[in-house]
Amino acid sequence: MTAALEHQVHEEEPHLSEAAGGGPQDAVVLDGVTKRYATGTLALDGIDLRVARGEFVCFVGASGCGKSTLLNIISNLDQATSGSVSVVGHPALMFQEHALMPWLSALDNVALPMRLAGVPKGKRLERAQALLASVHLGDIADKRPHELSGGMRQRVALARTLATEAPVLLMDEPFGALDAMTRDLLHDELESVWRARGLTVLFVTHNVREAVRLADRVILLSSRPGRVVQEYRIDVPRPRRLEDPAVGQATAQITAALRKEVARHGD
Amino acid sequence: MAIDTSLAAELRGLDALDTPLERPAVAGRLWSQLWPKLAAIAIFVGMWQIVVWMGLKPRYVLPGPATAFGEFAHQLTQSSFWHATGVTVTRGIIGFLIASVIGLALGVAVARFGVLRAAIGSLITGLQTMPSIAWFPLAILLFQLSEAAILFVILIGAVPSIANGVISGVDYVPTTLVRAGRNIGARGLALYRHVILPAALPSIVSGLKQGWAFAWRSLLAGELIVAIANRPSLGAFLANSRELGEPSYMLALMIAILLIGVIVDSAFSAADVRMRRRRGVGGLTS
Repeated sequence: MTAALEHQVHEEEPHLSEAAGGGPQDAVVLDGVTKRYATGTLALDGIDLRVARGEFVCFVGASGCGKSTLLNIISNLDQATSGSVSVVGHPALMFQEHALMPWLSALDNVALPMRLAGVPKGKRLERAQALLASVHLGDIADKRPHELSGGMRQRVALARTLATEAPVLLMDEPFGALDAMTRDLLHDELESVWRARGLTVLFVTHNVREAVRLADRVILLSSRPGRVVQEYRIDVPRPRRLEDPAVGQATAQITAALRKEVARHGD
Repeated sequence: MAIDTSLAAELRGLDALDTPLERPAVAGRLWSQLWPKLAAIAIFVGMWQIVVWMGLKPRYVLPGPATAFGEFAHQLTQSSFWHATGVTVTRGIIGFLIASVIGLALGVAVARFGVLRAAIGSLITGLQTMPSIAWFPLAILLFQLSEAAILFVILIGAVPSIANGVISGVDYVPTTLVRAGRNIGARGLALYRHVILPAALPSIVSGLKQGWAFAWRSLLAGELIVAIANRPSLGAFLANSRELGEPSYMLALMIAILLIGVIVDSAFSAADVRMRRRRGVGGLTS
């Protein structure tokens, strides 16, 4: 079993400074990104990261590891104190809360980014309808968010981020509030959308098994301040299932490292 | 492909199970809305009649409901009454529309700029507590007995309520909606147009509703005080009816004034209920 495990999970040293710079195949390059709040708290400490185009990267870590801050910096909603960030295109964000506009129908929510970009009405509604169909929601276009289940709302939100045509998708615990069954299906849905569109996904989660289920690479962050502790390449062949033994083994290994990291803070 | 079709089937099943059930249409909802109002009116009129029967005041001072409603019905056939109603309602609508434009702009400006909020935020609330009638001496000094004097007091009464509705609405817009809006490309004015103002709409509507109430009150107070020659209005008729000692005519006019207030308020309430239903929020009774 140990041999199999080694095949699936390659531990790598945390990226050092030579990782920065980035080639044309990189979608996201972070170089020494540090974030210190006005209160003096160090949230992120020298994050170096390269994410290749089309890669699916998951960030795991305990509370206070600055995962959300990291995504905010990459999406330009927040500024790094020092270090450099380079991203291909304007990344789209997805949160744990669906953040759909409650006064708009599902179709109009998906069409909104195109409306803001000045796409003519007929064209944007047609494309929004196609995007809803691509997340298997073609027949609820007229429904408003409150008439949908939590999983359906997150799929509408996914379709809306796709409407921005962003090549990079930043997801901040998007399935954190969903029940296990729904989350399982949305993993399949997200994976198929990611593959079909060749997206680059940066996905933050508390759930290590979810990270292993989805990621090409799992990045373990330390807490207060957030630093890259370890990276794990996940080679379990797709399609994966949450209950695959290989997924379970990788999960156990990363969870053990995460617990060690958490224990450090109790000393 | 096989995986995708099975995923589609699973999602369809889950969606069917998870979709919130539609609330069954309440049979006779109109009636359930109507009967409490009718009952309240019946109780009020009944009490009025009892006071009249008790003879606390002579009939020529306080006529009974039958006399008052009879006079009201008679007034409905008079062109002078309709003309006066037209003048009053037109003043109300024009004043309210101008107040809405100013109030919305002022509200957005105060909500948006910290300096403005610090400067006039509490002044706006303070203005609301000032009785509109207290403004008339100044208004008459500034504008004499004119339409402008009445309009001035309507605006002073209604603008603060409307602006406050906008300010509190904007203050309570969920930050996730603003973040999401920015992320999908809404910036500057577009962020207000497509995210912040629609999200604040429930509070804006309640500010408008309150603004209308203030406007209507100020208007009637103004018409009582600011009598303009050859401009018959409900307020001017009301003042005349007291001077001429015609209490049934006075009560008929008061019924008309109350009725207009109730009709406009119902229109605002209907818009409010419709908006809340579309958003699926609030309301134990909707």
